[in-house]
Amino acid sequence: MKKPVKSEEELGWKDIEVGCTVSDAGNAAQYRTGDWRSTRPVWDHTRCVKCGVCYIFCPDSAIRKNEEGYFEADLFYCKGCGICAQECITACIKMVEEVEE
Amino acid sequence: MPKRIGIENSIAAADAVAMANVDVVAAYPITPQTHIVEHLAELVADGELDAEFIPVESEHSAMSVCCGSSAMGARTFTCTSAQGLALMNEIVFIAASLRLPIVMILANRSLSGPLSIWNDHTDVMSVRDCGWIQVFADNGQELFDHVLYAFRVAEDPAVSMPVMINIDGFIVTHVIEAIEYWEKEQVARYLPAFKPVNALNPDAPITMGAFGIPNIFSETKKAQDEALLASKPVIMKAWDELAKVTGRSYKPVETYKLEGAETAFLTMGSFGETASIAVDRLRSQGKAVGQIRLRLWRPFPFDELREAVKGVKKLVVIDRAISYGGPGGPVASEIRAALYQETHQPAIANFLAGFAGRDVTPEDFITMYEKTEELAAAGAPIRQEDYLFYGVRE
Repeated sequence: MKKPVKSEEELGWKDIEVGCTVSDAGNAAQYRTGDWRSTRPVWDHTRCVKCGVCYIFCPDSAIRKNEEGYFEADLFYCKGCGICAQECITACIKMVEEVEE
Repeated sequence: MPKRIGIENSIAAADAVAMANVDVVAAYPITPQTHIVEHLAELVADGELDAEFIPVESEHSAMSVCCGSSAMGARTFTCTSAQGLALMNEIVFIAASLRLPIVMILANRSLSGPLSIWNDHTDVMSVRDCGWIQVFADNGQELFDHVLYAFRVAEDPAVSMPVMINIDGFIVTHVIEAIEYWEKEQVARYLPAFKPVNALNPDAPITMGAFGIPNIFSETKKAQDEALLASKPVIMKAWDELAKVTGRSYKPVETYKLEGAETAFLTMGSFGETASIAVDRLRSQGKAVGQIRLRLWRPFPFDELREAVKGVKKLVVIDRAISYGGPGGPVASEIRAALYQETHQPAIANFLAGFAGRDVTPEDFITMYEKTEELAAAGAPIRQEDYLFYGVRE
């Protein structure tokens, strides 16, 4: 049985496995990288041709296809690198400044 | 009854590694470690030892291979000296963090420059804070015994940590001594098979060596520090059991003729052997002199050290390394720190001696003793920065 997973804020030193081993494969998915972001990609659907170039180039696999066939960023992981906007064939992706709310 | 054999200490140490039935040896030759590794290579080549001997292209690769093989659950050994240790430095720290029970003999040699192949402790002091269990053997018999308990301690599931056995290069490694080899039956009784806490296995995948984000790094360091501290009772138990098997006993802090001693030498490594002769001579002249030898360097034996110095008024600490522009000898520095808040504070004179193989004879120890008495009699406190380069020419 898998141990209940603690968030990185909850983990104490006694929770660290011997040698910092990760026995729960794929648990990097719990690691939020979205808070590194200073700009976020925004798609202009009037120009998007749903080609998926943004999806292919995203280095963090943080872009997914929605039900309408458009692509969007998973903001839990998107670091705001802007590669999608750089590579977009129709230049429909704009990087927009994140603002504190 | 085990027989005593006249043999070069390096060959005996390699035989002890073979008797531990090591699975993988990865090493790169460097003086004065060479004979240990060469003999292991011979044993494997001659079919006398069923192990993989991996002749790597550098020490960085040697320690990397050791990490890989230990992570697979193989009993793993390596050996190096000075520049070799410097070259593998990066991976030495990683082996500790990964908690891989590698055993390494460090044939202590001066870290260049100037270039030197001879003995001192500047190499081990460069990795003082690497997180390994660090012990010092004083002679060939101790080295042989240390190899066998090192595997037992390193691989104990409560420890799972690398062990570094320090032995003075040339001064001990290249000397022929009468060594009592263990019988195979003794080894079988003492050293259980290696059952790793973690092992790489495609059927049960795990990740080793993942990065530690700032939010968790302090917790990993606390866990590592606690693990090193917790190794001490296991080390003590391994020494108790070793005494039952061989009749030889080891302690974190060894003492000699300390009862009633007003002044005591404090050393690590083969200095201890020579200092004993000086103690005998001074005692025969009616001088109240004894001796303390530090065997366990990490985890540091605070309690045993404080207990040992209880009745001592003056400590003559002899270091084989220097922390430039700082506290002088690293051993003296730690001794001072360990005694800082104690009610009883012996005066500590720190001598830096025996650098890069320069001989330190019993007469030299007596001279250091006399100098300490002279300093103490002068009345002024001997400060940390008052360390002395023994025998250095103006």
